[in-house]
Amino acid sequence: MSMTITEKIIAAHAGREKVEPGELVNVKIDLALSNDITAPGAIQEFAKIGVDEVFDRDKVVIVPDHFTPNRDIKSAEQAKLVREFAHAQRLTNYFEIGQMGIEHALLPELGLVLPGDLVIGADSHTCTYGGLGAFSTGMGSTDLAAAMATGETWLRVPSSIKIIIDGQLQPWVTGKDIILFIIGQIGVDGALYQAMEFKGTTIDSLSMDSRFSICNMAIEAGGKNGIIAADETTRTYVSERSTRAYTPFVSDEGAEYERVLKYNAEDIGLQVAFPPLPSNAKEINSVGDVVIDQVVIGSCTNGRIEDLRIAAKILADKKVASGIRLIIIPATQAIYKQAMNEGLFNIFIDAGGAVSTPTCGPCLGGHMGVLASGERALATTNRNFVGRMGHKDSEVYLAGPAVAAATALAGKIAKP
Amino acid sequence: MKIQGKAFKVGRDIDTDIIIPAQYLTTFDEKELAKHCMEPLDPEFYDKVKDGGIVVAEENFGCGSSREHAPIALKGAGVGAVVAKSFARIFFRNAVNMGLPIFESSEAVDAISAGHDISIDSETGVIEDLTTGESFEVASFPDFLTEIIEAGGLIAYTRERVKSENGQNRK
Ligand code: SF4
Repeated sequence: MSMTITEKIIAAHAGREKVEPGELVNVKIDLALSNDITAPGAIQEFAKIGVDEVFDRDKVVIVPDHFTPNRDIKSAEQAKLVREFAHAQRLTNYFEIGQMGIEHALLPELGLVLPGDLVIGADSHTCTYGGLGAFSTGMGSTDLAAAMATGETWLRVPSSIKIIIDGQLQPWVTGKDIILFIIGQIGVDGALYQAMEFKGTTIDSLSMDSRFSICNMAIEAGGKNGIIAADETTRTYVSERSTRAYTPFVSDEGAEYERVLKYNAEDIGLQVAFPPLPSNAKEINSVGDVVIDQVVIGSCTNGRIEDLRIAAKILADKKVASGIRLIIIPATQAIYKQAMNEGLFNIFIDAGGAVSTPTCGPCLGGHMGVLASGERALATTNRNFVGRMGHKDSEVYLAGPAVAAATALAGKIAKP
Repeated sequence: MKIQGKAFKVGRDIDTDIIIPAQYLTTFDEKELAKHCMEPLDPEFYDKVKDGGIVVAEENFGCGSSREHAPIALKGAGVGAVVAKSFARIFFRNAVNMGLPIFESSEAVDAISAGHDISIDSETGVIEDLTTGESFEVASFPDFLTEIIEAGGLIAYTRERVKSENGQNRK
């Protein structure tokens, strides 16, 4: 009867003793999330179901973060529709400009997701909360509409891959490098439909911020979810944010895995993923000369305080290379305030960078730094697909905050 | 249901930013989205499939974001079905929920060439290449999904469920 952590969370929410990979089950959800681009579709479909109210107004979360503060009239209309729905449904967890942050940084920060929870979201990076030892996965707006009405959804139980990383990381290497390295090894469909379970002494030593970066990009390997069982670091993080009771789970000794991958932290250097796929990861020493026009530090992958502190350490008392546009986007208001209070904004601005209010912004080519044809950005975001940050003939290179800051100073991809 | 159209072949890892670039996500209108479907890959895609097309893809079709705009754009553009070696999981879900028929068959993908006339019988799960006369069997959906599809998609399915539950509560 051995199960993985993912199977245990799904079983608990399906009211079952045991579930097996491949099974289709109906589960109760703890939270249903959407944003300003996916909520309109969900709201439209919700209206067709024939219920007046969402299943639980505390458990339906909407964060308008993608094209906000609104970039144009169309996006303003969509945000308005979402706002009106949130007010009509009296949603407890709707976050207006001023409280809003990038959803996947905001929800853990506010203690809305806890270990053992089952969360779905109409956004592919909903898998981020695996960093807390929760099962969370992205779906479409229609799935979300049905879940908002019933508090339930259907799932195919994923098989699991165990990824063990042991040892001491090299200087400047963070969760982002670990996940880029792994995706480089297994490919963008290396974990298709599967749960990616991360373990090992390296993972144990990671901050929550780095754990979120890792689970955030599980989807970039095709994974259904990424997950790191809760430990003391998690418990401390959670206890500062929530008083709600929770049930943490861990994988059983004899649990079955589709495969087990083992890496040494010593072998994971700073990474850069070349366009147009996150799997084109290279070690920093082998990237060669790549001249860059814009550096973006932000997003649900790396817009957290750890990332900003790393960038500030490298940028302190220095100037960005001439011709480089450096854009820094703290992921939430709390992170923004903390960075400000720690004096990080002085460093960024003195270096010649621009600091933005929290938003997804350029990460998906929305606003705040869209690229023209032929331009190249190095970003701490999670996708470098063709045209992701603007014109289809622009390019995005992915890296962690240290490489991003060093690149801003050098004007080409560089290490600190 | 019989689905017919000309095969439009694409490679592996066709992501949702190719199927419908993010800059067009300010609408759910299928006709609007359709015009920009597959634009980064082939700006004339819409003209090529508007009279009925079957997209035939290698592995991991639809990887990337959770946008339902992707299956909506394909449907709007006139794509009757997608046959792929494998699908990214969110796209798989969204396609079912939106009523875009999808089929997994490595055999069919390897055998079918661009421009061939394809016919698919969704009930028997048989894909036929009318140009060569070859046919391929695909695995049918698990019962759970069939129920959703037969109800006419997830929303119709949920509406039925909610209605019958309300009925029971009143008793
Ligand atoms: S920051 Fe980028 S990847 Fe994250 S939710 Fe926003 S658009 Fe999506």
